[in-house]
This record gives sequence, structure tokens and C-alpha cells, in this order.
Amino acid sequence: MSAPVPGKNAEIEALAAKEYEWGFVTAIEEDRIPKGLSEAVIGLISAKKEEPAWLLEWRLKAFATWRGMKEPTWARVRYPPIDYQEITYYAAPKRQADGPRSLDEVDPQLLATYEKLGIPLHEREVLAGVAVDAVFDSVSVATTFKSKLADLGIVFCSFSEAVREHPDLVRRYLGTVVPRNDNFFAALNSAVFSDGSFVYIPKGVRCPMELSTYFRINAANTGQFERTLIVADEGASVSYLEGCTAPKRDENQLHAAVVELVALDDAQIKYSTVQNWYPGDAQGRGGIYNFVTKRGACRGRRSKISWTQVETGSAITWKYPSCILQGDDSIGEFYSVALTNNYQQADTGTKMIHIGRRTRSTIISKGISAGHGQNTYRGAVKVLPGADGARNYSQCDSLLMSATCGAHTFPYLDVKNPTARIEHEASTSRIGEDQIFYLKQRGLGEEDAVNLIVNGFCKEVFRELPMEFAVEAQKLLSVSLEGAVG
Amino acid sequence: MSAAPAPPLLAIENLQASAGGKEILKGLDLVIRAGEVHAIMGPNGSGKSTLARALTGHPSAVVTGGRVRYEGQDLLALEPEARAREGVFLAFQYPVEIPGVTSSTMLREGLNAIRAHRGEPELDAFQFLKLARQKADLIEMAHDMLSRAVNDGFSGGEKKRNEVLQMLVLEPRLAILDETDSGLDIDALKIVAKGVNALRGPGRGFLVITHYQRLLDHIVPDFVHVLADGRIVHSGGKELALELERRGYAWLEEPAAAPRS
Repeated sequence: MSAPVPGKNAEIEALAAKEYEWGFVTAIEEDRIPKGLSEAVIGLISAKKEEPAWLLEWRLKAFATWRGMKEPTWARVRYPPIDYQEITYYAAPKRQADGPRSLDEVDPQLLATYEKLGIPLHEREVLAGVAVDAVFDSVSVATTFKSKLADLGIVFCSFSEAVREHPDLVRRYLGTVVPRNDNFFAALNSAVFSDGSFVYIPKGVRCPMELSTYFRINAANTGQFERTLIVADEGASVSYLEGCTAPKRDENQLHAAVVELVALDDAQIKYSTVQNWYPGDAQGRGGIYNFVTKRGACRGRRSKISWTQVETGSAITWKYPSCILQGDDSIGEFYSVALTNNYQQADTGTKMIHIGRRTRSTIISKGISAGHGQNTYRGAVKVLPGADGARNYSQCDSLLMSATCGAHTFPYLDVKNPTARIEHEASTSRIGEDQIFYLKQRGLGEEDAVNLIVNGFCKEVFRELPMEFAVEAQKLLSVSLEGAVG
Repeated sequence: MSAAPAPPLLAIENLQASAGGKEILKGLDLVIRAGEVHAIMGPNGSGKSTLARALTGHPSAVVTGGRVRYEGQDLLALEPEARAREGVFLAFQYPVEIPGVTSSTMLREGLNAIRAHRGEPELDAFQFLKLARQKADLIEMAHDMLSRAVNDGFSGGEKKRNEVLQMLVLEPRLAILDETDSGLDIDALKIVAKGVNALRGPGRGFLVITHYQRLLDHIVPDFVHVLADGRIVHSGGKELALELERRGYAWLEEPAAAPRS
């Protein structure tokens, strides 16, 4: 549903007009291949990465499938047609060829870029308890704390490295949660994925630190096609953080990632995202097209997968982190804040598929719309006949901040077991003039008042984030909303 | 009394204001000096809440004429938050709920904004909490109210008590209480009055808007004014409240309507 907001638009919209803070371009020589997509290009990508034959074959099958697929049109997003032959499918920072062995060997330009982004890549991470696998454009440039993790048998490395060093693990799990023919964008990713992260937590191991990856798009017209695979073996647990910022660009850039999570018996995976790709300018020019397939399989009994996302960037967000609750007593969670300002469009939500007995899922979605932003929650809860005693609780709240924005909610329910219990709550509210006035009457300025109200609205989601991330998320939200009250 | 009187805390001259496109205040005059407690009474629709809103800068009250001096400066020229930082406080008739924002977070941000404006150092979370708990004790309010979301799920009485707590923490120089007694039982009313009386002092003025005389048994005013049809039609001492209780408002409204030309 759409609800317009009357009121003091000019004042609040003036607040929203803050420029994207992280818009800068790093001058680094690039190693790229010709634009366009063909079997030859896929062969070239695979060869550059010195991949085994099975993986090349896997890519080519995905490509063959993709060629027969149509771009989906069911989402509530509008954008001009994408010419997939105009995109460059691989770019790696050139110096990477020699492969930096430590931070000292990393291109200082790259380090400076991370510095600007505030990514902690130095020893202070030890204090922060964060290990960073930073993806610059398409290739991982530095992985820290690897040896510490290796002592526990934890594998945390770039996807390419995993293919080389742990081919059996990759082969056993790749494409088992998101099959290469799953959807148009997943098939495209399967054909051309350049790099990403791989995590394996062995039996009974609790990963002692948050694992973190920062993705960043740098080269103009270079699509990013990350592939992430996280496997938590029996009784293992891991918390993984993914953060994104991208430099400013005028052209639209395509981003089609795939993330697969596998949790075996009693395993837990917590996956947190702060997504801040370039959203386009105030007129809706430029910005990232973000078509992402994220899915977790709770294969084991009592396993748990929890998605938390804060989506403030991208011109278009198309993303439905989902859980397949296969193991008995497994748990799926989805906590989401999606913010659209100016001309941003987001169509995001989740799917909870209850297969095992007594499986439980929780969905908390908070949509914030400002400017001309369009924000859609699309979620499905599916209970299969065997899922005795399945339970779901869904709550979808929308906050409207202007007269020109829109909020839409599409919850789909498909329940095939009479013992299932499903609850759904939804609300749409506008940021209240009276709330803002109340806070001003207590001495707060307009911006602080708006930030406080918005952060309060998002609290149930923010408290699921690891603390440093929660602080960053709040900061991001206030930057994204400057001038947005209207 | 000192020989050279300071400018009044609040001087309202011929204030006119509309709300919802309707003319509500039609030339209101009122002077409040520091140390004084003024009660404004009047029937529904007489303009009591519009007066509170106009003085604090609520966008729904549009000032169309007259002027308001606060400690000698033009109050109406200030943004709502600037008025708050200058020491003007409104205890709302209907305090809003702000889900997810704890009372202590909101109040600390407000207090620190006010302190910054006065050139005082900000209070950290511990200093603030200590202060807020002391004030809460004064009005017999449970400390855990501070960690609950602002007015979210509060009963009517809890909301009003929360307003008084905020007033005690922010220590305004001009406190406007808009029907703070409505919806309170007698015990709650006494507690609220205790909070207000604790703040009474030579440096502070109060404008107590109420419908009922009973609040004024506990917050004894220096002056009582009757607001009718957008003007103050009668003023007197505290005994006027008792008379209004007995006789109602009708006898006062008539003369106000007559001289209109």
C-alpha cells in the first residue's frame, strides 16, 4: 500500500540533500578483459584464475542456462534495459598478479582507499576482534588473522584461494543452496563470478572473532559478481559481517552476488550486512543495480541461520535473504532495515521455507522511505506438509518521510500443515510532526530529532548487529537521511 | 521587592493566533514575572492549548499578530528548539510515543543540547543517570521508566508523571503545564504537584493550564486568569478558582462578548 505524507516537505527534503560521502576513485592500473559475455570470456576468466576443469564446466553450464532465461520483471522496480554485452566481467588490480604476501606488499593506494572508508586493516583489528578479507573490485588483496584461524581449522579466504586449496569442500557445497539455474541473476553470477569469500568452520568450533569482508566497486562499468560460501559443520558457529561502500559513478553498475550458507547439525551462522553502494544522485542518475541471491540451508537438526541487513545504498535493491529450514527444530531469522531516499528503489524481503518438524522463523522488516524512494517488502512463508508444529512470526513496519515516497508490502503465505502457527503484523506510519516537535521542545535540533526517531524505529534490527556494526549502521542511516524529513 | 525591576519573564501583548485555519487567540495579554505561578482556566475551545502551542512554536498554531517577549527577547522569532534551550518547557497535554527511543536517551540529548547552549559541559551517561534517578525519586517514579521507550505503552498517568520528570531534569525558567492534571487520580495528582512545587522558586515562572480547580489545591497559584473566546476575560487571585468551581464560566463569558464591535 502507498500512503502519502502531508506536511513540511521543503524543510525536511532540504535535509536529505547530502552528497554521497564515499565517492572517490582510486587510480590503479587495471587488468581487465574485453567487455561482453561469451563462452570465450568465461574461459578467459577461468583461465586467469587457473581454475580446475570442473569449475570451468560448471560456469559454462550456468552460462548455457542463463542464455535461455529471461530477466525477472515481477519485482516492483523500474530501470532501463541492461545490455549485458556492454559490461566488463572481470577486472583485477594489476599489481595483484604478483600477489601481496602481507600488508606491506599491498598497493599503498589501495590501503589509502580503505583508510578513507574507515576499514580497519591494521593490527588494531586484533583489539576490535575483526579479521578482514577485503575484496577490491574482484580480487581479494589481503587476508588477516588467517594463521590464528587456521590453528582452529577454520578456513577463511578468498573464493579463488578456496578453489585452489580446498577444492573438495568447494565442490561439495557450491551451488547446493543456490543452484546455478536458480534465477536469472544467480545463473549470471555462476557463469562469471570473479571472487568472493569462503568460510569453513569445522565440527564443534566456535569462531572466536567476527569474520568480515568489505566489498567495493572501483572500476567504471565493471560488474561485480561475488560468490560467497559459508559452511558451518556440526556444532560450529560463526558470525560474518559484510560491509559495502562504493565510489561515486555516473553510469549504472550491475552487481549480482550470490551468497550460500550451509549449517549442519547444531551449527549457527549469523550473517550481517551493511550495504551502502552508491545510490545515485538526487535526480536518480547513476547508482548501483544490486541484484543479489542470498540463501541459507539449515540442513542439520537444531541448526540456526540468522540474516541481518541494513540496506541504505544502491539505486535498485533486489534481494531476499532466505532460509531453507530442513533440519528438525532448525531456526531461521531475518532482520532488515531498508532505506530508500531520492529515487532509490528497494524490493527486498525473505523466504522462510519450513520443511523439518518444529522449525521456527522470525521476520522483522523495517522499511524507511523518503524523497521519491519506493520501498517494497516481499516475503514468503512456506510450510510444507511434513513441518509439524512449524512457527513463524513476521512483522513488517514502514516509515514514510515524504509525500512523494511509497511503501508496499507483499507477504505471501503458503501453509500445507494444519499444526503450523503463523503470525503476521504490519504497520505503516509517517514520521510524525508531533514526534519531531516533542523532541525539539526538549531541546533537540531537527536532524537529531529525526535521527533519534528513525533509529528508534529500527532498534529491533540494530540490536541484532554486532556492536561496531550497529554504530556504523546508525551513522549511515543519518547520513542517508540528511534533509529527508518531508 | 528590588528597586529596579527586571524585565518580566514573559510578556504577551495582544497575541493573535489561528489553528486549522480558525482564529483562536484574539488579542491575549499576560505578564508573568519570575517567581510567579499563573493559572489559566477556561472552557473547552477557549484557546488554552493554542496558547501553549503558540508560545512553544508548534507549527499548528500560526501567530497572526501581537508579540511575546521572553526575558526581553522576541520569543516568536526563535525556533522551537531554541525556545527550549532558552528555558521554555511545555508539559504536553498528550505526550507522544516514540517507539524504540528510551526516555533516558531522549532526555540526555535534550539536556545536553540545553547545557551546550548555556556553555555548560555535557553530562556523560553516568552523570545523567544519577541526576535523572534523583529526580525520579522525587516524584516516586520507578527508575526503570527511564530505560523504557518514550511514553510507549505508558498509562495516561505515567505519561503525565514522565512530563514532570522531564521538567525536573531540564529545570526550565518558564514551565507551561498543559492540563497536566487531566486523567490523574488524586494520588498521582499530589505527586505531580509535589514535583512542580519542588521547582517553584524566585528564578522561575509557571503557566498552569487547567480545566479543574482541584489541581490548584495542590499547586497554589499567585494569579488565576480566565480565558474565554481567545482573550483573558477575568483575572484574580487564587480564590477566583474556587469561585469558578462554584459558578462555572458562563457569568464571565458574557461581558467579554458584549464590547466586541
